[in-house]
Amino acid sequence: MSALQARMRAQRGGFLLDASITADRGEVVALLGPNGAGKSTALRALAGLQPLAGGSVVLEGRDITALPPERRPIGVVFQDYLLFRHMSALDNVAFGPRCRGESKAAARARAAGLLEEMGLADRARSRPGALSGGQAQRVALARALAAGPRLLLLDEPLSALDAHTREEVRAGLRARLHAFDGATVLVTHDPLEAMVLADRITVLEEGAVVQDGPPAEVALRPRTEYVARLVGLNLYRGHQEGTTVQVPGGARIEAPSPGAGPVFAAFPPRAVALYPDPPSGTPRNVWPLEVTGVERFGDQVRVRLGGALEVGADVTPAALAELDLAPGARVWASVKAAEVHCYPA
Amino acid sequence: MLSGERKARPPRGRVPWLLVVPALLGLGFLVLPFAGLLIGAPWGDLVPLAASPGVRGALWLSLSTATAATAVSLLLGVPLAWLLARTEFPGRRAVRALVAVPLVIPPVVGGVALLLVLGRNGLLGRHLYEWSGLSLPFTPAAVVVAQVFVAMPFLVISVEGALRGADRRYEEAAATLGATRWTAFRRITLPMAAPGVLAGAVLAWARALGEFGATITFAGNLPGRTQTMPLAVYLAMQQSPEAAVVLSLILLLVSVAVLAALRDRWTTA
Repeated sequence: MSALQARMRAQRGGFLLDASITADRGEVVALLGPNGAGKSTALRALAGLQPLAGGSVVLEGRDITALPPERRPIGVVFQDYLLFRHMSALDNVAFGPRCRGESKAAARARAAGLLEEMGLADRARSRPGALSGGQAQRVALARALAAGPRLLLLDEPLSALDAHTREEVRAGLRARLHAFDGATVLVTHDPLEAMVLADRITVLEEGAVVQDGPPAEVALRPRTEYVARLVGLNLYRGHQEGTTVQVPGGARIEAPSPGAGPVFAAFPPRAVALYPDPPSGTPRNVWPLEVTGVERFGDQVRVRLGGALEVGADVTPAALAELDLAPGARVWASVKAAEVHCYPA
Repeated sequence: MLSGERKARPPRGRVPWLLVVPALLGLGFLVLPFAGLLIGAPWGDLVPLAASPGVRGALWLSLSTATAATAVSLLLGVPLAWLLARTEFPGRRAVRALVAVPLVIPPVVGGVALLLVLGRNGLLGRHLYEWSGLSLPFTPAAVVVAQVFVAMPFLVISVEGALRGADRRYEEAAATLGATRWTAFRRITLPMAAPGVLAGAVLAWARALGEFGATITFAGNLPGRTQTMPLAVYLAMQQSPEAAVVLSLILLLVSVAVLAALRDRWTTA
């Protein structure tokens, strides 16, 4: 039985949310979907900030459906963090424990410890206005965790950051989310964010769950056109040395620039070219693979390939016919190194 | 911003004189009376008159009652503003309109109304007198009551505006951290609305300091007991206009000094 079992029906504006969301202890679940899909409504409902028209929220065996937010064992990281401007970072983090009845000294000691874990010991006295975006994000996370929640909720946790900071913060956030032993639900519209941060992705469209599964499965076996178009991303966890990323299963992926250590390597399905014979020329990534499935979404065809590497490739219907890509067919897949993006893991 | 950017902006064209001329006339109309007061003042008499027991008493009464009235307005007005800004109840719009009534009725009318309710034979005052033998009118407490009546609406409206302008998501964030609505109000909402509360308190204080009509009607004009500075100025005007000018000047200087001191404190805080 999952730690979080929520079945939520809620009306907001002219729009109906009707979705089931589950998360295990220690599991990070990403609610992914386009704008207006109901992700934030779902998150607000889990937090108790949005009244439910029906359904229930059960957390670790306890029905919290009727509890107001202040009595739910939750921590929320809001989209623009909502740090209290008139308090220091330390008092922001100590606020939760104080409200839950800890003494001032104990709350502050706990807050100081958390800030130190986040590498922010020297910013404890700073007001939120004096913190950088990445620091504010960590203070917000520390504040949400300080009172020992059993459910952690994050609303677009990286969207307030500029692109450069986002990459830095993403790796740190991933490590901290996986260190949390309760259930985590994060909302995002960014497929990459969902794939890197989450153990499981729940895709919401128009208020309903359309797909649910591990990131690789959602990317490789998209069930709707939205998922195919936006979530379609080949993503691998591996170890980089120089420009080569070694992934479990034996395959190697060539990256455009050198690096070292654990990384995510990603390339979009449209960057994959398929050949009946070994190609020659510039692409440095060439793998002999076997077709395991073919699916059509609108005017594109997603070909699933297996072997040393699981790869999704988008081809035109004409290419499909020309290459005779039926399940079981053997093809050569190639990707230019320049199409591969690496992110520190 | 960068001064370079400012220089790069194309010229905006001439300021229209149809706006400038009335603006300057308006400014002159507001400033000239003060200039007249400063020029016409018998500066030599200022210090001895200010030190005279009658003036000192009136000044002290004015400052203390205005401050007390501000404190009462804060105590009652901030919760009232919160109720108007943050809760839904039937007739809320009507309540808000009622709060604004003292702003638009002449203060003398307010004084008469206070007498009818709180006077010795008034609706409530009668019971107060029978029960405790106390009668409110024509006491320093009545001065405070009259000032609260005219000044509190300024505070309520200012604080309500500040609360409406405040981002309610911070209160939601506090709730997810375990804060009850009272804790969220005390530790999040109120501190974040502090500039609005202070501005409202200053407005209320200034209004209470200048209060005349309701005070003279409800509290009377007893020197040393209920005669505040504005009443003293009016009375002096009947007998010696020179003294009235000096009293006005003192009132002007004191209120400007207090406001300036408060302003410095906020801008440096």
